[in-house]
Parts: sequence; structure tokens; C-alpha cells
Amino acid sequence: MSEAFLIVLRQPINQWALAVEKVRYVGEPVALVVARDRYIAEDALSEIDVVYEAMKPIIDQEEAISDDAPVVHEAVGSNVVSTRDFTYGDPDTAFAEADKVVKMKVRYPRNSQTPLEGFVVTADYHQGENLYDVASNYQGPFTSHPVMSMALRVKNSQLRMRTPQWSGGGFGVKVQIFPYVVLICLASKKTGKPVKWVEDKLEHLSAAAAAPNRLVQMEAAVKNDGTVTGFRFDQQDDYGAFLRAPMPGPLYRMHGILTGAYDIKHLSVTNRVVMTNKCPGAMVRGFGGPQMYYAIERIMQKVAIELDMDPLDVIRKNVVPAGVFPYRAAAGALIDSGDYPAAIEQAVNEGALNELKKHRDEMRAAGKKYGIGYAVIVEPAQSNMGYLSNILPRDERQRNPKGGAVANATVNVDPLGTVSVTADSIPQGQGHMTILSQIVADVLGLTPDHIKVNLDFDTAKDAWSIATGNYSSRFSSATTVACLKAAEKVKAKLSRIASQTLNVPAEKLEFVDGKIRDPANPENGINFYRAAGTAHWTPGNLPDDMEPCVRETGSWSPPELESPNEKDQINTSLTYGFVFDFCGVEIDQDTGEVRIDKYVTMHDSGTILNPLLADGQVHGAFAWAVGCALYEEFVYGDDGSFLTGTFADYLVPTSWEIPEPQIVHMESPSMVTPLGAKGIAEGNCMSTPVCLANAVADALGVEDITLPMTPARIGAMIHGEEKPPANNKSVAAAPIKGQGNVLRGTGDTFVPADPQEVWNTLLDPEALASVIPGCHKLDLVGENSYQADVSLGVGPVRGRFKANVALTEMVEPEKATLSGGLIGSLGASRGSGHVSLSAADGGTTVTYDYAIELTGTVASVGGRLLEGAAKALVNQFFQRLGAQVGGTPVTGEASWWRKLLRSLGLAK
Amino acid sequence: MPQLSKDVRHTVTMTLNGDVVSGYAEPRMLLSDFLTHEIGITSCHVGCEHGVCGACTVLVDGTVMRGCLTLAVQADGTTVETSESLASDDNELSELQLAFKKHHGLQCGYCTPGILMSLTAYLKETPKPTEEELRDMLTGHLCRCTGYVGMVKAVLDYCENRTDG
Repeated sequence: MSEAFLIVLRQPINQWALAVEKVRYVGEPVALVVARDRYIAEDALSEIDVVYEAMKPIIDQEEAISDDAPVVHEAVGSNVVSTRDFTYGDPDTAFAEADKVVKMKVRYPRNSQTPLEGFVVTADYHQGENLYDVASNYQGPFTSHPVMSMALRVKNSQLRMRTPQWSGGGFGVKVQIFPYVVLICLASKKTGKPVKWVEDKLEHLSAAAAAPNRLVQMEAAVKNDGTVTGFRFDQQDDYGAFLRAPMPGPLYRMHGILTGAYDIKHLSVTNRVVMTNKCPGAMVRGFGGPQMYYAIERIMQKVAIELDMDPLDVIRKNVVPAGVFPYRAAAGALIDSGDYPAAIEQAVNEGALNELKKHRDEMRAAGKKYGIGYAVIVEPAQSNMGYLSNILPRDERQRNPKGGAVANATVNVDPLGTVSVTADSIPQGQGHMTILSQIVADVLGLTPDHIKVNLDFDTAKDAWSIATGNYSSRFSSATTVACLKAAEKVKAKLSRIASQTLNVPAEKLEFVDGKIRDPANPENGINFYRAAGTAHWTPGNLPDDMEPCVRETGSWSPPELESPNEKDQINTSLTYGFVFDFCGVEIDQDTGEVRIDKYVTMHDSGTILNPLLADGQVHGAFAWAVGCALYEEFVYGDDGSFLTGTFADYLVPTSWEIPEPQIVHMESPSMVTPLGAKGIAEGNCMSTPVCLANAVADALGVEDITLPMTPARIGAMIHGEEKPPANNKSVAAAPIKGQGNVLRGTGDTFVPADPQEVWNTLLDPEALASVIPGCHKLDLVGENSYQADVSLGVGPVRGRFKANVALTEMVEPEKATLSGGLIGSLGASRGSGHVSLSAADGGTTVTYDYAIELTGTVASVGGRLLEGAAKALVNQFFQRLGAQVGGTPVTGEASWWRKLLRSLGLAK
Repeated sequence: MPQLSKDVRHTVTMTLNGDVVSGYAEPRMLLSDFLTHEIGITSCHVGCEHGVCGACTVLVDGTVMRGCLTLAVQADGTTVETSESLASDDNELSELQLAFKKHHGLQCGYCTPGILMSLTAYLKETPKPTEEELRDMLTGHLCRCTGYVGMVKAVLDYCENRTDG
């Protein structure tokens, strides 16, 4: 029904909206059910029995590049699907002449800002026009619009994409809705009805989007005075199972600014794109910046440590100096404006760094683990649509050069003079409407509440281009300018109309307080609405060459965004803001918890269009960055199981974990955008994780810091790896290689019947069936070997499973070993356990232990829920066993564990 | 507790934001789905559907409840309040809502209705929380946009300057 999705690389990596032949990651859609409501659809889903032939997965990105690793895409033949080398300046000489070469290997984890609202798509196929009408929370960039239309085998104009102006958080993630847009379009075509899909959280966490994890091996060429003369990067990004457009963006979006905030002329880079059996990599706020700056700022701290210098002095020594802007960075970024040394000093003073240092010394003197971290970054905004061209060889990209970044906005004045605005920015709560109303009001001499901004977006009606959308902090430098241009066109037109009446040259008129007037003689003016009305009511009175109505579209693409040049240099973004952070953290020496004591963040984002909204973006980016640094990670087992499928496993910080940072502003207006504004929404995603990591490294005196810095990880650095709890009751559970989620438990219980009776029940299929919770059917399939059909549920995951259980090592009526597995649509498990029976007063003491390994969806709901559920199930089993042999009714009074079961949704 | 047949759609009647409303629900239908798809209100947002994020929080007989962890049939005969109840009849925002607006206490707004409903109940019990108490209470909700800064300021400002009781 559809074509495979287009990708940037010329590699046979074919992906469709549903898995074809092979499933490559947990969460990859394999079937779609369309029903009248979600309850019926989910019922139907549980009736689908998918039989998988398990293959060996490849999860670790370092193992993925070895020759004997399983290959994710056989047709490519390797998991390394792209390798590109770049050299700028003369790095070999810089390293040969260095006093010291500092090396570091760092990893950045997989994560995502996980909006609370997941993907939503409604698609309605119009057969007569062969048109798909889609409303969704797709956020652009519209480079993926042709990816969808080509997959659907229609012209671009036959895929109408609409996004409402109110949608619940995007953070880059919502571009990755596009495979699902295609899927729901196909469902609508097949069913002949409009189809709606609302993603749930398990689907979102397991399969929506993940910022690629990155491995960086980095070297810095260093002089003894702290000057860094060259960088070498070996960057390896793990994009998971497929390259969805615009991947591998994170590896190339930052390319021009690979030297960060530093004046470093010599640079070599190797970029590798690696595939593994994980969720496809995605656009996530920060988009390559967090990964890149994690490497740069960690190594800059190490440079300071190795030279026994203050890390801030190393930063000061190497930042781009004042007075050199516009500054062309080694790999091609044209940094538009700034004064980095002054910004650093302003933050040091306003943030009271000296007091923080004193505080650190006092804390350390008192035996506390306290550290200070720094980070300095350049925050790019408004991506050059040509940045991904650098992944192609020069001759290939020159045949079809790409560059630029078009923005569109329209200002309309209706017959009664009221002003409305539409634009291409697709906001998710950033306050775009507020800012556009300010801009238009300023140009037209009105107040913002007179300007009605509607940012509902519709490809069938609005001006748009491939750069349309909400990403790369493009709004404040792109859409605002298009809107400014549209407003200025309206002003020019109305000036000419007013000029006829006022007998003053159009260019001399001013727009003030709802009037168009002669500044030399303010009495000589007409109302704004009257001038606009002329273009509607009496177009015959307009100047001869003027078209009627007042509706002007501003389109803009900055000339600075050129295609990559013959030296592979590219100005990857239009504007470059500056961020300097420092912080103090204290580490709890018992728990390993990292407490942020103080955080100062300096932003020079050019002209600030609205201070409240700008700080809102800083606060939001900071909060997510704290999550990245301390809590958030998508975790996979070695077998490919996804282990973080709920918000109880993928930990999102709350109001308690996020301190309010001290924000310091400096404004160096950009000279490449008419309003002087730069982006501000992603800087802290790039600066904060590494700033906190540097502080923790400082506190502990260690180099190898792995994000997120969870108490378990930090605790292990302080106390050594955690030992498994000692349990005297344990009867050596069968060892299982820990792959997915492993549940272990031991316990004992009393059954009011003698051991022989208990034994007989355990061996009687009919009796056993009535004892196993949720058992529909149990058959004896061999000697002491059973097959059962059971329903089980844990938290958000429930389903029907086939269980195979065998009894071995039987000593009647004393002990037996149980082993077997469970398989169903929600996953599988394998495990074993021991049961021993001993006569006790009036009955039998049953002692048991078990170890169960889970894979598939059920593994992703995580240990916290599963352990409780497993214990509850085992308890339930023995209570029912007791009832079976002792004759007590199974559904008795609500015991404490039945209440627990109810709370887990496992009992009624 | 009444025994309900699982395959039957039961009538559920409640007083929702001051009006008596009725709809049909199988026993397994979540209150969040009932309010959204059966009754048609738009503020009961489902974020995680496992009780962590708090976006679906509503008041049932004045008690803070997760719409996603409550069955619609459990709410039969109760009084349910959602954030639609906060603005006045002529659609003037409440003082608490206005404080959120003033302090940029929301961005995408997906978490906001649930937070407003938790606050509505909480501030009755604790009219003047300290920032620490307030932040502790807010841990029952996740917000991905704001870093919680604006909403904390909004609530503290509201508690200091409220005229609505």
C-alpha cells in the first residue's frame, strides 16, 4: 500500500509504517486494529497472536561496530551505515606541537523530553480526490512532509497536514509522528472512514523518539599555559533500528560550531552513524548539542585538572575574544555577535562565584562532598536546511546543493480595520502569539490586544516551506522576521493609501495610536481602519497599480545560510547565542544523591523579545536538562528488552528536584536578523548536563562520569558496587543470565494440609488449574509437564499468556524444581524456582524461591511494579492452594494482600 | 458495593461542575475516558494513564482523584469538579488562573487543569503554604515545559494577594 520512507543516506534501510518481515526494536508496530472505541480495539489487540522467531539482537553501540555483531540491516551489510571524516585547519601540526595531549572518552545516554501529551493523529481519506486530510500534533520541520506524501504515493498537495495552535508539548519529538501519520492515513483508506489514533505512554516511551546515545573519543592539543590549539573528535551516534528523517541530524546540526565557544582553529572530526536494535533516534530538544558539549566541556575540565589550573581560567583563556564578531569558526559557523569574556565576568559577579567557592571550601572542611562545575556553550538557532548535506561526498552534494531556511507569515487587515496574523511556527505554548502581536502592533501603531494571531497551521491554506515548524529555536530569528516583513508591507500599502488623502509622501507618514499621520503636523491624519477600509470598500480609489484588499505575506531566508563549501565548512545555523553556567552541588555520602545547591545561568541571546517568555524557555530547558543529568534514561537489556516503559521507570523530575536557577542576561543584538533576536530555548539542554557532571566530578575527584548521575551510580563511586541483599532463607535459586528484567524472590508460607496432600494437588492438573491465578485452562502435555492459558496484568500492561511449566528433581513429597516459560502478546518470561515442603504443626510449611527473566512489553513496566505484582501472585497462589487442600473458600474476606492485589489491578 | 455485570453499559449520573449529567459506561471504563468521550469535556487530560503524571486529576466529592485510576461507575452519584468549574459563569478566569497567566505558570497547558484541581483542594486545607510545602505538594504532578518556576510563583502570589476567600 505504501513506499518505504525516504532517508538522507543512500543506503538500503527500508522502513514502512508497520514492520515488514523482521521486527527490529521493541515497540515497532506490527499490527493496527481499527475499532469503534479504544476499549474494543484493545480487546481485539489481545486476540492477535504474533509468533516471533527470536534473533540475536545488537544493543551496545560499541559491540555493534565489531565484525561479528548481528547486522540490523542485512542489505547494508554493516551496522556502521555512514562514516565521514572532516579536517579544518592543521590539526596534525597543532597536536605535534602541543605540550600535552588530553584524551577523554565519554558517553551520552538515550533520553527524550517526553511530552505529557503523546502523538495524536486523525486521518480522513477522500477517495474522489485521492487526498489525505490529516489533523495531528506534527510539529515540523516540513522536510518530512514529502517523506510522508511519497510513502503514500500521492502528490504533496494531496496530503493536507493541519496542526492546531494548541497542542501539548513537542520538544522536537513530535516530528517523529510521521510514520504514524502514514499508518493512520492507510487505515483510513482501507476502512473508508476517518480514523483517529491517540498514543499511550507505553507506546510513547518505547517507540516514539529518543535522542541518540553518543560515544565520543576526544583529544585536545594543549599548551602549558592552558591554551587549547586543536580538537580531535571521533563521534559515534547510535540511531537505533532506523534512520527516520531528519536523522542523523544530531550528528550534523552542530557541525559548524564543533569548536563550541572556543577560538580553536584546528580540528579533525570523524562522524559515524551506527544502527542497533533500539527505538529509532529522533529530534529532541538540544538536537546534538547536549551530546557535543558533554564531550567538549568534560575535556576542558580535564585540561584544567591536568595543568593544575582553575577550570574557569582555562575557559577564559580559550573563549572567542571580544571584538572579533562576526567570527567564522573553524568548521564554518558564522557567530553573529557577543562578548564572551564580559558575559562570563558579569555572571561571576552577579552570581557571586567567590561566595560559592568559599562555601565549597567550608563544606569540604566540614567533611562534605561538594563540587563546582562550569560550562560554556554557544547556542545555535534556526537551522540551515543544508546542514545534512555535509554527510554526502562533495561531488554528490554539489549536484543538488541545499541551504537556507525559509520563514513565512501573513498579516491581514479586514474591511473594518482589524488585524489578524497567521504564521508558520506551530507553537506548543512558548508564547508565539504574544510576540507576533507585539511585533505587528509596534509596526502598525496599534496595541497588541488589537492583533488577533491564529497559528493553527494548514498546508492547504497557509504559506509554508520545508523549514516550517517548531524546532531549532527558529521562531525568534525566523518567523518573527517574516512577520515583521509582512507588517512592513502592510504599513507601506496603507501609507500609500493614506498619502493620497493626507497629501504627504507615503514614506514620511507615521503610525501612532491607531492613526496614520504626518509627524510634522499630527493633526493631519486618518484612522488606521479608514485607510484599510478603502482597500475593501472603495478599491476604485486606490492608486492605479495597487491591488485591492490588505493581505501581505512576508517570506524570508537569511543569505548567511549557504550550502557547505568545498572545504566542508557550513554555517549550520543563523544565530549563535552564548551561555555560561556555573553551579555548586553537594553529594549525599550515604545515598549518592546529587543535590543542586546553586545554579547560575548566563544567557546572551541577542535582543530579548519578551523577558517573561524568554525566561520561561530557560526554565523549561533547565528542568529537562536536570532530568537528563540526574534521572532520565531509556534503558535496554542485553536481549533488547526495553526496561523503562512507565513514568515509574523513566523518572521525570518534579518540582522538588528542580531548583530555580539564577538567570543572568546580556543582550548583544544579532546583526543577521532584523530584530536582533537569537534562540534561547535549547541552551540549557546543552550546558546544564555537563555543568552538573563537572560539579560532580569536582566533588568526587573522579573522571569517569556517566549520565544520568543516579544515586545508584554515584553511590557505587563512593562505596563500591552495591552487593545483593543477604537472605538467609534463600535456597539457591537457579542462576539466570540477567538480560531483561529479572525478578527474584524467596519466601515461605503455611498451608493447612499435610505435605502429601499439597504434593498431590500440585501434581493434579485439574486442581492446579484452579489454584493458579488467572488460569483459564491447564493441560498435561508430558510427564510432569504442563501447558496453561493464563491472564495476567501488571499496572498498565495486561494480557493473556501461554505458560509451559515442567517439574523436575522431584522428591515426593518434599521438594521439586519448577522451570518453564510464559509467552504472550505482551512479552515473554523464562524462569525457575524451587519448592520444598516440610511438615509443620497442623499442616505444611512451603518454602520457595524463584528467578524469572522477563522480555518484551511486560519487561518495560519495570521492577518496582513487577516485584510487588510477583509477590502478590505467589501469595495468591499459595492462598488458593491452601483453600484447595484445606477447603477454605478461595474468595474469602479481603486480606491485606487481596487489597494489595486490588490496588495493583490484579484482583476484583 | 453493587455488583455490576462486566458486559453491560451502565448509566452513570453525576453532578459535573454544577450540572447533572448522565452517560453510559461499561464497568471497565475509566473516569477520564468517560468525561472526555462520553460527556465531552476537554480538561481531563490523560498523560501517563498509570497515576504518575497527574494531568487527569479531578475532584470527586471534593477529594482529589486521578481520572485514569478511577472507574466511571465509581463516580456514579458523586459530585465531580474539573477545571471547567474554575472560571465564572461569564467565563472570567479565577484569581488562581489569572495568577498562572501573569507568571507564565503554564506553557503547553496539558498538565495545568490537573494541577489547578489539586491546588483547589489543597489551598482549602492549606491557604498559605510555604514554598517548600507547595513544592512538596506539586510533586504529585509532572510538568515538562515550565520547570515549575512560574507556577510556584503564581500560587505564592495568589495566596498572598487573593480576594476570593
